[in-house]
Amino acid sequence: MNFQTTIGLEVHVELKTNSKIFSPSPVEFGDNPNANTNVIDWGYPGVLPTPNKGVVEYGMRAALALHAKINQHTHFDRKNYFYPDNPKAYQISQSDVPLAQNGWIEIDVDGKKKKIGIEEMHIEEDAGKNTHNPNGYSYVDLNRQGTPLIEIVSKPDIASPDEAYAYLETLRQRIQFTGVSDVKMEEGSMRVDVNISIRPYGTDKFGTKTELKNLNSFNYVKKGLQFEEQRQQRVLLSGGQIQQETRRYDEASNETILMRVKEGADDYRYFPEPDIPNVEIADDWIKQIEATMPEMPERRRQRYVDDLGLTDYDAMVLTQTKEMSDFFEAAVAQGADAKLTSNYLQGDVNAYLNDNHLDLQDTKLTPDHLAGMIKLQMDGTISSKMAKKVFKAIMDGEEPNDYVKAHNLVQLSDPAQLQPIIDGVLDANAQSIEDFKNGKDRAVGFLVGQIMKQTHGQANPKIVNKLLMTSLNAR
Amino acid sequence: MTQQFDNLTELHQALVNKDLSATELTQQTLTNIHDHEDALNAYVTVNDDEALAQAKQADESGIDADNVFSGVPVAYKDNLTTKGLLTTAASKILYNFKPVYDADVVTRLRAAGAVTIGKTNLDEFAMGGSTETSYFGTVHNPWDTTKVPGGSSGGSAATVAAGDVLAALGSDTGGSIRQPAAFNGIVGLKPTYGRVSRWGLIAFASSLDQIGPMTQNVTDAAAMMNVIAGRDERDATSSSKEVPDYVAGLSGDIKGLKIGVPKEFLGDGIDEGVRDQIKTAIKKLEALGATVDEVSLPHSTHGIQAYYILGPSEASSNLQRFDGIRYGYRTPNAKNLEELYVKTRSEGFGDEVKRRIMLGTFALSAGSFDAFFMKAAKIRTLIIEDFKKVFADYDVIVGPTAPTPAFGIGAETKDPMTMYMNDMLTVPANLAGLPAVSVPAGLVDGLPVGLQVIGRPFDESRVLNTAFAFEQNTTFHELKPSMSKGGRA
Repeated sequence: MNFQTTIGLEVHVELKTNSKIFSPSPVEFGDNPNANTNVIDWGYPGVLPTPNKGVVEYGMRAALALHAKINQHTHFDRKNYFYPDNPKAYQISQSDVPLAQNGWIEIDVDGKKKKIGIEEMHIEEDAGKNTHNPNGYSYVDLNRQGTPLIEIVSKPDIASPDEAYAYLETLRQRIQFTGVSDVKMEEGSMRVDVNISIRPYGTDKFGTKTELKNLNSFNYVKKGLQFEEQRQQRVLLSGGQIQQETRRYDEASNETILMRVKEGADDYRYFPEPDIPNVEIADDWIKQIEATMPEMPERRRQRYVDDLGLTDYDAMVLTQTKEMSDFFEAAVAQGADAKLTSNYLQGDVNAYLNDNHLDLQDTKLTPDHLAGMIKLQMDGTISSKMAKKVFKAIMDGEEPNDYVKAHNLVQLSDPAQLQPIIDGVLDANAQSIEDFKNGKDRAVGFLVGQIMKQTHGQANPKIVNKLLMTSLNAR
Repeated sequence: MTQQFDNLTELHQALVNKDLSATELTQQTLTNIHDHEDALNAYVTVNDDEALAQAKQADESGIDADNVFSGVPVAYKDNLTTKGLLTTAASKILYNFKPVYDADVVTRLRAAGAVTIGKTNLDEFAMGGSTETSYFGTVHNPWDTTKVPGGSSGGSAATVAAGDVLAALGSDTGGSIRQPAAFNGIVGLKPTYGRVSRWGLIAFASSLDQIGPMTQNVTDAAAMMNVIAGRDERDATSSSKEVPDYVAGLSGDIKGLKIGVPKEFLGDGIDEGVRDQIKTAIKKLEALGATVDEVSLPHSTHGIQAYYILGPSEASSNLQRFDGIRYGYRTPNAKNLEELYVKTRSEGFGDEVKRRIMLGTFALSAGSFDAFFMKAAKIRTLIIEDFKKVFADYDVIVGPTAPTPAFGIGAETKDPMTMYMNDMLTVPANLAGLPAVSVPAGLVDGLPVGLQVIGRPFDESRVLNTAFAFEQNTTFHELKPSMSKGGRA
């Protein structure tokens, strides 16, 4: 029997507003526990949520990037549950009227394009964090409490683990381009909940789904789903039934392990949040956000191909992150050749980032410096060999022109300076001239070597070759 | 000290003239409160030392001649947070809670120079109409200590009626300012929803709660409104609408005022004596130049049902934060997290609060949300529409505040439904978010009755002026319980 797979993804993205969604506490990470909290975050008696308008704006940006329809009359709801990291014992979220609905993004799996629907996107507050100390105490840190989140729920259009991977890549990229979030899974600013079901081909009714937890990278999402897809097939083919359950992905064994079987749905007793007036979004507000939306990756890719002559592949790689793409554009704007810049970014720069586990924005490299080096190379001031040295220098924050001057790396390209040196070498090597005349090409290499030696490697090999051939033929 | 002051203006003048100092006033007030406490139990906390310190400071910095609250003792219902001063909401679950911040209304009154004299007793979490559900014991009515003072702001009402203070704050979710005001023969105003910031009010039902003044006369209520009304950035539901001078709005002239009297407010379930008293009051308003017609609020009769679903629903959510983790009572008997929650709440909340948490939790749960919460929300909308229709033709709506005068302590505690019906005349204004005042309208069998005046949204000025015209042309506000005679400063 053949099966078809249906995958649902719920993605939480932290918005990087200055302050929290319902309190003036800063949104900052890595500070001492509970440093960035106030009475609102503590859920003290008598406090009220003060909604941050910026969160709605950021949410609208994300919604537009996902081609979703913004609900112009929306409101917050309370989701009720007890937990120590949830100090009010309710989370302010959105239930029946989310900020946006009915979006889509286009994914590309091995060149095959497919639109994946977005069911809805709502805004809500994050909870705090519990840590369980071996001393027997549990500690609650409310720094994260009230961090604004958007939750993006996919439609049941994702049909394979590869498509899930591509969906997450594309989603991350688009959100990142809007600038509303860092969207980094490793830092928790992007979190993914996954469910998967399978059913025999051609049947209409979805199979029973299982939920997967502990998926801490896109790769683990894919691997977890691959395992789960196989596991469900084995269960069904052996005559068993899939239970509605939550399973944990184990990185070490690359398996999913049963955590708990779900018995009925949780009842969160949602109702409209009475402490916050309805959110009314006028046409003008949407237009204003639309007008200030940054260029999305597919527009940039098209421009790189049409205007800058890059290949589709180069354009795709350069637009993976907004940082890389912005960097590329800034360098090209300084007059650097687009293809050379693209090669550097994908080659040497990327290798450097991988070796040092850094993001582009965390290095000392600036678009100015990269463009400066590429221009020196373009106008022949430095050779590609010298460029290797200069590249190291600019990665350490050096200005390329200054560095080249200070280290006397300027290439000798002036024929008036090179000709006497060439003449001298030829005068001293009559035998080589003879060999050349007799068709021994090796002699040219020897002579170039001698010229380079005399110029301490600074002679421009192209010019040297040209002048040497003319001189040899003239003898 | 035997001199009595009937209103803030006279008291303020005496302070400005240095006929008495703020310290003397506060000392006398504290003495009176303590003298009455055995009989009334109006306070959870009397702020003796701190109040005297505040009064001393008022004397040192000089009484502000432009500010009637300068150096004047004010009492706060104990569900309003006061920095560093015990705030219990009359619940065991907050028996030891000292807030780290002041409610917005407290901040404003402090800034106006008011002395925080104490925190008044209430029904636990403001849930009740008799101040019998307090963890700190029942409050007694100063007119007859065998009667309830009404509720939930029973402590504030009793201490004002007893003459301890001229001004106190209450909160009103379904009548909790107006009904005790009526039962104690004082003035109580529930402002328009959003007129006064709820920041620092320990929430009962967020979409219904409002804080308002409880005073001996209308002018003082208006003066208090001048201080506490206005936008607060910390309360997203507070209004940015300009705040008029409510005292300046008291002309006493109601000629041509169009009054609607809902037939539902004088129908079944209204005590005969109360009905007569209110009919007399309405004739008085007519005599003062107002026109009076019978109108109808057909859906208001379902107000109680809607209120006792919506209020408990919101309360069930608002009161979840009392889990024993961060503040307040924590059970000493828990072995794990689940037990900590269950035992803390089982031991910390009283019966009425538990009843409402259960009601609300049920009304919000998946199987009953549509049949209960949604249906109640629809009734609420219909009641709002009813009011809109009447207010298209009429300036104010008047009727009784409560169906009966104060009832006996213990008389209704066994029967929650009877108790809930006491709110039938006050709840509609909460559901519609409208301003409504209760003003003394005489006695029935020796107990006070209140006339309720309901107005359009943010039309507090007209509501207060209607009450003022009535007050100035009657002598009901001069009737005082016997215990207030004598020592009142």
